[in-house]
Amino acid sequence: MAKFRKEGGKKLPEISTSSLPDIIFMLLFFFMVSTTMREVELVVKVTPPEASEVQKLEDKSLVSYIYIGKPVKRLAAKMGTDDRIQLNDAYAEVNQIREFVSLTREKLPDYNKSKQIISLKVDEGAKMGIVTDVKQELRKSNALKINYSTRKVADTQK
Amino acid sequence: MTRETPEVSAGSMADVAFLLLIFFLVTTTMAVDSGIMRKLPPPVPDDIKAPPVKTRNVFQVLINSADAIMISDKTAQSASAMKEANKKDLRRLVKDFLTPHVPDNPKYPETKVVDIDFIGKYEKSKGIVSMQNDRGTSYNTYIFVQNELAAAVRELRDELANQYFGMDFNVLLKTDEAKAKAIQKAVPMAISEAEPVNFGGK
Repeated sequence: MAKFRKEGGKKLPEISTSSLPDIIFMLLFFFMVSTTMREVELVVKVTPPEASEVQKLEDKSLVSYIYIGKPVKRLAAKMGTDDRIQLNDAYAEVNQIREFVSLTREKLPDYNKSKQIISLKVDEGAKMGIVTDVKQELRKSNALKINYSTRKVADTQK
Repeated sequence: MTRETPEVSAGSMADVAFLLLIFFLVTTTMAVDSGIMRKLPPPVPDDIKAPPVKTRNVFQVLINSADAIMISDKTAQSASAMKEANKKDLRRLVKDFLTPHVPDNPKYPETKVVDIDFIGKYEKSKGIVSMQNDRGTSYNTYIFVQNELAAAVRELRDELANQYFGMDFNVLLKTDEAKAKAIQKAVPMAISEAEPVNFGGK
């Protein structure tokens, strides 16, 4: 036969909090490990195209980035909606690329100067005209190793 | 009187936490930058002319400002004939073109016997893929074509690597660099980019 308990007769046992630090540390480690620092603030919108034949950029210190895309929304009113180039933190013109390349190359140690890689982070909607201009400038400044940044997808024709 | 619930042991909580931590450590993949690697040709002085290449050795790929693709028609009588191509067929056609054909077939590029370490005498194709785009071509299509050309070469390398060494090319690249070099020599990444034209305007 069921017995009736008096309401509020029994206290809930307290939950042990001694493992909370462990959980917090776990979260801390997780975020520490999986966070990648963003070096620059993007002022152009870049969605890289998809590709399957990609190679990883192993040594980050050798890589300099050039961004090409349309200005982000908050700057669209001022900068227009044409494709623009971004170097470091600001908009740039094609003729500034040579200076950018030599400046970034200057920062590399001597034995690595010839291994410099320029990563082109170009929006999939951009036109080739501006990309070609950038490539011609890179050729002239002798930065010949380039990488078209893409999103990795599985090969669709396998 | 009701019996009190025994307290849950918290001693093993730390172990559980570490287990989770290690699980996430192992399974999380970091955002690695990746992309298609290319080498630009060095700047050429204006007075130097490009070496002549026979038309039968060149497979042309043109992309216009409307992102339509046109390629060399190797089935036609004239070696310089062009036809419009479907995006899906591009890889197959390029692969077919770059495959060495022995005995000599005028519809395909010439071959040359080269001596390569680990492989020996090999009939290497002299074929070159030449790619040209318009200034109005979208970057998406450009990368698509670059990717298909790279995929065609990679598939040829895979086939050769499987034939001689019994493994895929990228596996070989990690295990035996000298043999991978031999494959690269037999199937070079023969892609040339012409300076873009400007028909469609910016």
